[in-house]
Amino acid sequence: MSRIELININKYYGDNHVLKDLNLTIEDGDFMTLLGPSGCGKTTTLRVISGLERPQGGVMLIDGKEAINAENAFYLEPSKRGLNLVFQSYALWPHMTVRQNIAFGLKIQKLSRAEVDKRVGEALRMMRIEEYVDRYPNELSGGQQQRVAIARAVASNPKLLLLDEPLSNLDARLRIDMRSELQRLHRDLGMTIIYVTHDQVEALTMSTRIALFKEGELSQVSTPVELYMNPIDLRAADFIGNPRINLLEGKAERLADGALKVHSALGDHVFARQDLTDEAIPSGVFEVVIAMRPEQVQIQREASPDALPVTVYANQPAGSETLVSLQAGQSDFLAKVLGLAHFEINQTVYVKIAPDNINVYNAETTRLIKRARVE
Amino acid sequence: MSMKGTQAKRPFNRTRLKNQFLNIVKNPFNMIVFISLIILFCLIVIPLLQMVASTFTASGSKKELKRIGVGAGEFTLYYWRYILISNMASATLWVPLKNSLVIGAFTVLVSVPLGSILGWLMVRTDIPGKKLLGMLVVIPYMIPSWCKALSWLAVFRNATSGANGFLAGLGIPIPDWLAYGHVAIILCMSLHYYAFSYINVSSALRSINSELEEMGEICGASKPQILKSITLPLVLPSILSSIIMTLSKSIGTYGVAANLGNRIGFYTLATKMKVFINDGPQSVGYAMSLVLIALAALIIFSNQRIIGVRKSYATIGGKGGRSTEMKLGRAKSPLMVFLMVFLLLAMVMPMFVLVMETFQVTTGNGYGPDNLTLYNWIGTVDQAEKYTNYPGIFKNPEFMISMWNTIRLTFIASAITALCGQFLGYISTRGRGKWYGAMTEQLVFVPYLMSGVAFSTMYCAMFWRPHLGGLIPSLYGTFTLIVLTSVVKHFPFASRSGTANMMQIAVELEEAADINGASFWRRMRSIVLPLAKNGFITGFMLTFISIAKELDLIIIMMDKKTQTMSYLAFTYSQEGYNQMADAISVCVLFFILICYIIANRFGADIGKSW
Repeated sequence: MSRIELININKYYGDNHVLKDLNLTIEDGDFMTLLGPSGCGKTTTLRVISGLERPQGGVMLIDGKEAINAENAFYLEPSKRGLNLVFQSYALWPHMTVRQNIAFGLKIQKLSRAEVDKRVGEALRMMRIEEYVDRYPNELSGGQQQRVAIARAVASNPKLLLLDEPLSNLDARLRIDMRSELQRLHRDLGMTIIYVTHDQVEALTMSTRIALFKEGELSQVSTPVELYMNPIDLRAADFIGNPRINLLEGKAERLADGALKVHSALGDHVFARQDLTDEAIPSGVFEVVIAMRPEQVQIQREASPDALPVTVYANQPAGSETLVSLQAGQSDFLAKVLGLAHFEINQTVYVKIAPDNINVYNAETTRLIKRARVE
Repeated sequence: MSMKGTQAKRPFNRTRLKNQFLNIVKNPFNMIVFISLIILFCLIVIPLLQMVASTFTASGSKKELKRIGVGAGEFTLYYWRYILISNMASATLWVPLKNSLVIGAFTVLVSVPLGSILGWLMVRTDIPGKKLLGMLVVIPYMIPSWCKALSWLAVFRNATSGANGFLAGLGIPIPDWLAYGHVAIILCMSLHYYAFSYINVSSALRSINSELEEMGEICGASKPQILKSITLPLVLPSILSSIIMTLSKSIGTYGVAANLGNRIGFYTLATKMKVFINDGPQSVGYAMSLVLIALAALIIFSNQRIIGVRKSYATIGGKGGRSTEMKLGRAKSPLMVFLMVFLLLAMVMPMFVLVMETFQVTTGNGYGPDNLTLYNWIGTVDQAEKYTNYPGIFKNPEFMISMWNTIRLTFIASAITALCGQFLGYISTRGRGKWYGAMTEQLVFVPYLMSGVAFSTMYCAMFWRPHLGGLIPSLYGTFTLIVLTSVVKHFPFASRSGTANMMQIAVELEEAADINGASFWRRMRSIVLPLAKNGFITGFMLTFISIAKELDLIIIMMDKKTQTMSYLAFTYSQEGYNQMADAISVCVLFFILICYIIANRFGADIGKSW
């Protein structure tokens, strides 16, 4: 059990400012995912927490106790922080068997032989790799090595488990297996987990909370649902979701009652005041970007009063879903239909989009000004 | 580390200072780096400065000082004037310099095309018997260059230096210009240094995906066109860097030039320098050695600029991929003949003549039964025919001492070198991108700039008297100095192999241990050392061979007590005891071949040896 607080962390590599005044609190028992494209500072953050990197500025508290105080050049040793780390490369010691790999840290803690054996056995059982105990890492497949690496990390009963892109070297199927495995692990052991990935699906499926990084800064910290439904700015919106979110240009104006009137290729919408964020809204008519997820675009073949006529540009059936490219005036956007569907190219169809599910961004500041409703 | 801006604003903070100090002191790695840097500084920078200083300081006998015109220990430009502008300058510096440059240039002209073609044949064509040929082609490189000079003499020696060689013995008149001097030295060195180009080009070729060539074929290019416009440009960087390596090596080589030049008064910079070191004024020798170092530095810095280009190519070849062989077709037989001639000239004939000469009573007198003897191997003085005053080498205590010295030196020096190499490699890999990593790499690189003779000259200048009030004693004439010189001179090579070794040990393996609570020493013992073991053995074997071959480096320091086999062979050859010299060379060759076989067992790559 462990609560981590990062306060104004600054990290430089030479002149390169990689972490800029980072503030992040990870609650006890969280499965916190640090998400972002490569080079955004997420791995550096993980390494700062682990103690392998020393930031030049800032404070880090573990359960209220100082682990880093850059002002005083105080850095608690990694081994005294009560954590363990699973490396992207697994970092299994190639000259040690699976058993020796897992037992190494326990032996350093000077645990009794019986205790070491017991803990090794538990870790092996938990990761279901008992039969490989006397093999060397190069005699194991990637997925098995991965399990050994996790077993090694959890054998020491850390309060905090750090995982650095642990699934990136696995094939697609194993990845899905390991995702559920990690979810169980988090639940069964109840430890705080910090997980680094650039894969939004991993982030959305496993985490209790996600910290979205952008160039050494945090752009959003929220639950997976909130991050998916209401990305805080256009970049986040563009990054999260596959296929990409649809972005359409529009014009907006604030009405006297505080509501927002938006005009776009989708027609006119009025959004009630309670759906707006705290972002400042410019006076007069201003440019906005309307965002909606492809699965929220509903296609029907017959006209109806609340549906917008559009033209089918392309049709991509892929078994479990069908992606349909649509054109409305000058704008084009994507719809996702479950199952197999067939539309003729250049056919006219009618789309319905629930206004509640639409996000509106200020085109100039790129910030979210109208939220989608989350049930 | 950059804390620009943030650090300046911080007020004085006692805790911070204390923690910073503790952070540095409590980490054993920092201490190791600190101590290593001090040692490197003492072993490399100080000797160099010392030597520079001595070329500006008057010394020597009273008569000598009178000529210089200032008192002992005073500043003088005398030595530099002596080699640069005095009426001795031409004989001292300019003529030998010209000889060195001519030899270097022609060695490049012969050896680089030779090595490149061999590399291409071995990697990219369907030449038959590749496996065996591939092995035979590198054998000439295992033979020390000074041994080649001796075999050259065994074949081409004429009456000018006393006894006839093989060809002269057959009644073929051998002119001096062929037996000694330019031509002989250039050809001998070419048959040695072709190996640089062979190794560079063949490994470059191996890393180029043959799909690049196949694409050329699909586009309709003929074989010569593909070679010219695709293959050659891709290996050009490695050819350029071979040129540089060959040039800098051949300019500084002593053994070949001395064996083939001294007896007709033909001097290169390296051999002339040795004359001054031996006969004085030594400071003139030191100044010449600085010229040699400057020359090598100039060449190698141009190499580094070229390597910049080379790196951009590495990404193309990085994948390796599969390689299809080019069908030689009708060109096969002429190319096979070329290979055979090369092997015959570079390996079979000289070796045959060299070995046979050890059994001859009179060299160049044919192999008739009356001219064959085992005297050179196991004879005793009383059996001496003609004017030999040495017994056969196996009955000669001098030889026994030299053999013991060779074994002792190679074992001790290569063990120390390999160990230091791993350490230095550890520091430079773990300090990559940090000031101490860069500094270690640069310091360690300095001995590479110096040819063997220049380097040992520097060490002689440094250690001929005690330093720091006896803390560093005078090592002149001791075995320790020879070991020390061999160790430091091989630092660049050893640390390169150490670096390659340490690069294979991912930092994460150590970090994982760190997180699990392992201290620095524990990490070293449980993680780094076990993983570095194989690389260490390979590094040891390769250093071992290269020290066993060494003549240039230690020749200045040798005396009767400390001499090695290579030095003894050199002395005998200079004294005219050719058969004895040959017999010793055969022993050295045998020793080296055994080492190679053992090294190969451990997976050492000959291509990585010097």
